[in-house]
Amino acid sequence: MTTADPISGVFAALADPTRRAILARLARGEATVNELAAPFPISMQAVSKHLNVLERAGLIARTREAQWRRCRIEPAPLRDIAGWVEQYRRLWEERYDTLGGYLADLQKEQP
Amino acid sequence: MNTITVSTPAPTELVMSRTFDAPRALVFAAHTEAEHLRHWWGRGNPLEVAIDFRVGGSWRFVETADGKQHAFRGEFREIAAPDTFTWTFEYEPMAGQIAVEKFVFTEEGGRTTVTSTTHFDSQQERDGMLQSGMEQGANQSYAALDAYLVKIG
Repeated sequence: MTTADPISGVFAALADPTRRAILARLARGEATVNELAAPFPISMQAVSKHLNVLERAGLIARTREAQWRRCRIEPAPLRDIAGWVEQYRRLWEERYDTLGGYLADLQKEQP
Repeated sequence: MNTITVSTPAPTELVMSRTFDAPRALVFAAHTEAEHLRHWWGRGNPLEVAIDFRVGGSWRFVETADGKQHAFRGEFREIAAPDTFTWTFEYEPMAGQIAVEKFVFTEEGGRTTVTSTTHFDSQQERDGMLQSGMEQGANQSYAALDAYLVKIG
């Protein structure tokens, strides 16, 4: 994962279900590391590792206040990914909607 | 609902699925025969199609949109009609950035689902593929983000 390829870093960060769950939690509002760790049957160290991956990918930010560091979601990288997938989806949706109409016409002609 | 689903199970992989109210043989033919392809692949834009549908055979589509020509090409790697075929895909202005796409056709109750899996060698190739879509997306709204978060959550 290189910094030259930030989108791949985001995809890699999102590839883990625990990290996706952490992001989904942060999408509802800021949280401390303890609050984030509570739902998971894993160690605080493991949660910290996940948070480091998310932070490196630019998906979250952490405040610098002593031991009660709070985490918050950073929407920009996710917006890039969602935008990329959305454009691809839209292109193929147009193509396949056209195909769907064409197939319907064909089958009307040849019942 | 005949909606399309797109997922990205890996940074350089994209999986797309769509169901059609048509038998598999017809949906397969629509993807592999020039006479069918020119009716839909260009999304309503004029499309020139040259296709040599055999393993090792090449294909080339030229779509005319807003007075500009966009050419795509590749060759067939694997064919098992009407179950599946695999081709390479290249947008000519970004020649050398080649994606490999596998299409799988399954039929159930007279309806056919097409699932395509696209492998890109790198992020650059993935982005090249996106640019080949020609549509410049407007700024994405937070609604798209919300939808995405719901999906991944």
